[in-house]
Amino acid sequence: MFDYHALAPELILGVTLLAVLAVDLVLPDRLKYLAGVTALVGMVAAVFPLLTMAFCDSIAGCVDGGTRSMFGGSYVVDDFALVLKALFLVSGVVSLLLSVGYLESDDYYQGEFYFLILASVTGAVVMASARDLITIFIGLELVSAPAFLLAGWRKGDLRGNEASLKFFLTGVLATAVMLFGMSLVYGLTGEITFAGIASQSAALDLGPEPAFVMGVVFVLIGFAFKVSAVPFHFWAPDTYQGAPIPVAAYLSVGSKAAGFVGLLVICYQAFAAVPEVWGPILWILAAASMTVGNLGALKQTNIVRLLGYSSIAHGGFILVPFAMAASYDSVGLSDAFFGSITYLLIYAFMNLGAFAVVIVGAAKAKSGEIADWAGMARYAPATAGLLAMFFFALAGIPPLAGWFAKFVMFRSVIGVFESGWAIAIAVIAAVNAVIALYYYARIVKSVYMDDVPIAVPQAEAAAIRTAPSLVLAIAITAAVVVVVGFFPQVLAFFGEAARGF
Amino acid sequence: MDWFETGWGLSLIVFLPMAGAALVLLMPRKQERAAKFTALAFAFASFAGSVYAAFTFELGSSSQFQLGTDLSWISAIGSRFHIGIDGISLPLLVLSTLMTLLCIIYSWNHWPEPHNPKAFLVLMLILATGMNGTFVALDLVLFFIFFELVLLPMYFMIGIWGDRTKIRLPGFKKEVETRLYASIKFFLFTLFGSAFMLLGFLALYFKSDPHTFDMIALAEAGRAGAFAGAFGGWVFAALFLGFAVKVPMWPLHTWLPDAHTAAPTVGSVLLAAILLKLGSYGFIRISLPILPEQAQQWAPAIAILAVIAIIYGSLACLAQTDMKRLIAFSSVGHMGFVMLGIATLTDVGINAAVIGMVAHGLITGLLFFLAGSMQHRYHTREMSRLGGNMKLMPVLGGLLGFTAMASLGLPGLAGFWGEFMALLGAFNPLDGLSLTVFRTAMVIGAIGTVLTAGYLLWMLQKVNLGEPKEEWTSKQWHDADRFELAAWIPLVIAIFAVGVFPKIIFGATDGAVVELIRSAFGG
Repeated sequence: MFDYHALAPELILGVTLLAVLAVDLVLPDRLKYLAGVTALVGMVAAVFPLLTMAFCDSIAGCVDGGTRSMFGGSYVVDDFALVLKALFLVSGVVSLLLSVGYLESDDYYQGEFYFLILASVTGAVVMASARDLITIFIGLELVSAPAFLLAGWRKGDLRGNEASLKFFLTGVLATAVMLFGMSLVYGLTGEITFAGIASQSAALDLGPEPAFVMGVVFVLIGFAFKVSAVPFHFWAPDTYQGAPIPVAAYLSVGSKAAGFVGLLVICYQAFAAVPEVWGPILWILAAASMTVGNLGALKQTNIVRLLGYSSIAHGGFILVPFAMAASYDSVGLSDAFFGSITYLLIYAFMNLGAFAVVIVGAAKAKSGEIADWAGMARYAPATAGLLAMFFFALAGIPPLAGWFAKFVMFRSVIGVFESGWAIAIAVIAAVNAVIALYYYARIVKSVYMDDVPIAVPQAEAAAIRTAPSLVLAIAITAAVVVVVGFFPQVLAFFGEAARGF
Repeated sequence: MDWFETGWGLSLIVFLPMAGAALVLLMPRKQERAAKFTALAFAFASFAGSVYAAFTFELGSSSQFQLGTDLSWISAIGSRFHIGIDGISLPLLVLSTLMTLLCIIYSWNHWPEPHNPKAFLVLMLILATGMNGTFVALDLVLFFIFFELVLLPMYFMIGIWGDRTKIRLPGFKKEVETRLYASIKFFLFTLFGSAFMLLGFLALYFKSDPHTFDMIALAEAGRAGAFAGAFGGWVFAALFLGFAVKVPMWPLHTWLPDAHTAAPTVGSVLLAAILLKLGSYGFIRISLPILPEQAQQWAPAIAILAVIAIIYGSLACLAQTDMKRLIAFSSVGHMGFVMLGIATLTDVGINAAVIGMVAHGLITGLLFFLAGSMQHRYHTREMSRLGGNMKLMPVLGGLLGFTAMASLGLPGLAGFWGEFMALLGAFNPLDGLSLTVFRTAMVIGAIGTVLTAGYLLWMLQKVNLGEPKEEWTSKQWHDADRFELAAWIPLVIAIFAVGVFPKIIFGATDGAVVELIRSAFGG
């Protein structure tokens, strides 16, 4: 049976997709940005059904405020899905706001850009509800395939081509590996839905079965590629650097979050019976991602590339709560879930904000090299201030929102302090938090404490105006980062809501 | 004023500076006067609030947390906005608001390069909120936030307005400016410590039943033995790392001389007067009551590290050629006495620690003010080039002499009580602690007081006495101006007052300290 209310966001997005294509066809060149506006309106419109579902109890005539399960349990819209869909839509909206002004200044076609980003967001929205192997796979591919094209959007640029090609090849490899894993899992359990896989694997005691373990591992590896966890991260810095900055922002937040959500759902639901198989793997992925990501970032001279490494490290932090899954009781498991989701929510805003400011800064300094940004506080104090704010937020320095993300992450592992492995990963995370501070502070140092390079025309740079859409994006993210820093309950509330899953 | 006593008063003391910072931030950069007056007004309001709080405070029940409130804050993690002050935090809170106010007065026309008073004031006010908040927080998460809030402003203060002298670090080819090196070193050291401190806080939360971040509830649980054994040992170690870096205790002190030397005058003053106290306050407020058993196990080790710091600090002072760096190392020694007092786990020792903290704040704060003003005039801190300061600037020189005397622990001035009573406490530590260790510590500490006198007198001799060098005699000298005097005279009065009449501090602390010792150690 169709629950149109539950499917409304996806339907709205689908219609908007078609509308963007149609609008793009008829618009003259100078009005192409209207295609972007159409996409924006569609995404904002898709948020409304989420709200009516979330607050169904208090709306007259709204039926069934609880979990909405469709297609034999393959597609579920619960509180978790609502929160994540909202996150994907908001990060999509912000990414679009980043793009509009940025694309205007470039000489490429705009229409398909908006179409592609919207398609990718639609895939993410589908993933949040997907509860069987096929749906989640289709969702993930819908997220990834447009992203390959977006990364190579600057056709004439060599780096852009490399970015796209690298991303595409590793992405396809990941897909193949994941599909192989899924087919093993399906073959052994005979089930497609996550609930079925969980119950079958428990009933048949598949935990020690090598083929099943292999299936689980392959699925995890596939997702590890998508979220660029070490050692499957090699594409990320190159792709981020080569792609247009708004696309890098979207990749590091939207599509990465989609990967994490898929990983969360599949681990906690489909493989719920065998946490001893995936827990240790995720422990290693988390520790390696944090450490390699941070150490890699230390040496970077390009700011976008640095953010690429930093997003690998943050991916590690997001994985930390999973790492101890095998030793959690049900309360701990729910705490871990809460920790990852809350981290993801806060990270999305911090990172989008950081990318937004980087777009502004790169336009002013006419370069993405950190050395060229030296002394920006002198001629662009507001940009420098916001840059410091977002980067210290990413570093987790109170009173900016990042501290709470780090806090819930630590909280979920210290909950099982009897285990030496939990303490070990907590200590690794703590040391990494300090390493991360060093490279974030290095950028702030450059911007605030170094002298302006002679080559930078200060008055000219100061006069460069920032597109209103970009200002709006920065305002939204900055407000969230500050408010959540003082009142983390605002976002923790959503993390809490997602917990009942 | 009922509203004042129901938590609003303390909240205002803490957040008024932050509000002031927001207001200053909104002002145009050209409006320097307006920014200065706004900052002054907010800092004064905060100070006035803390003085009012001191008079409203019931000294009779100083072991109780007063004027506080307990509101819902982050329900998802069970953390609450719980604040309040007892006899131990009250003097430190007043010290903190006072120093902020004096620093703003001092800065009035002493802006370090590259000027920009607006940004400097904003940072100073944010710093004030962090410092005040740490002394009133009664929830571990809230404490952590305030404890960390001081990092960013101090990082920027040192990094932007700090010393531009170039130094060559071992192992590096390129020279680096002191301010850049010192600021990131300060940041990384403290963050490293506090990351582990946070892990310790979380461990306490999960071990307590029901789970709580509330310091008072945790102290009760600690007394009942909830954190006994190896678990408590690990947690104590984690907290120790966080607090010891901040104090700083030997061998985690290496950030301090660099930071103090590189920071602009006001930064050094606030760093020495207040930020170091956040660490020692953390020991008294959190480590001792919540983990009494581990405190007893660790006390001898802390005492040993403390006397090493005393001797090491003094000897390092004797090797300095830079006046500011000398004062910085003297802080290591003085905080050694504070930690020795804490390690005795007796009421004498902890009273000594609190009065030592206040006295060190007043005295070393003033010393850094003076050193800053001298650097401003001489453009050097090299003691070998200075000399005859008394003749060039009698007021400045006289104040320097007075403060150095206070710092070396002259009876009748504030510095005396902390040193003397810490040694007294070490003579007779808590029952069960090793008498050998503590009495040896006492003897070594006593030798340390002699060394302290030695290096301070040596500094006075080099800087103040003798004939001025030729390079200086031909110049015009401006003795202390009115803004400087306005900032310093309150400190001089306070140093006298605490020295002659230590009951100003003990009256508040004693009840709270005795109760702390009684409930945690039964002594």
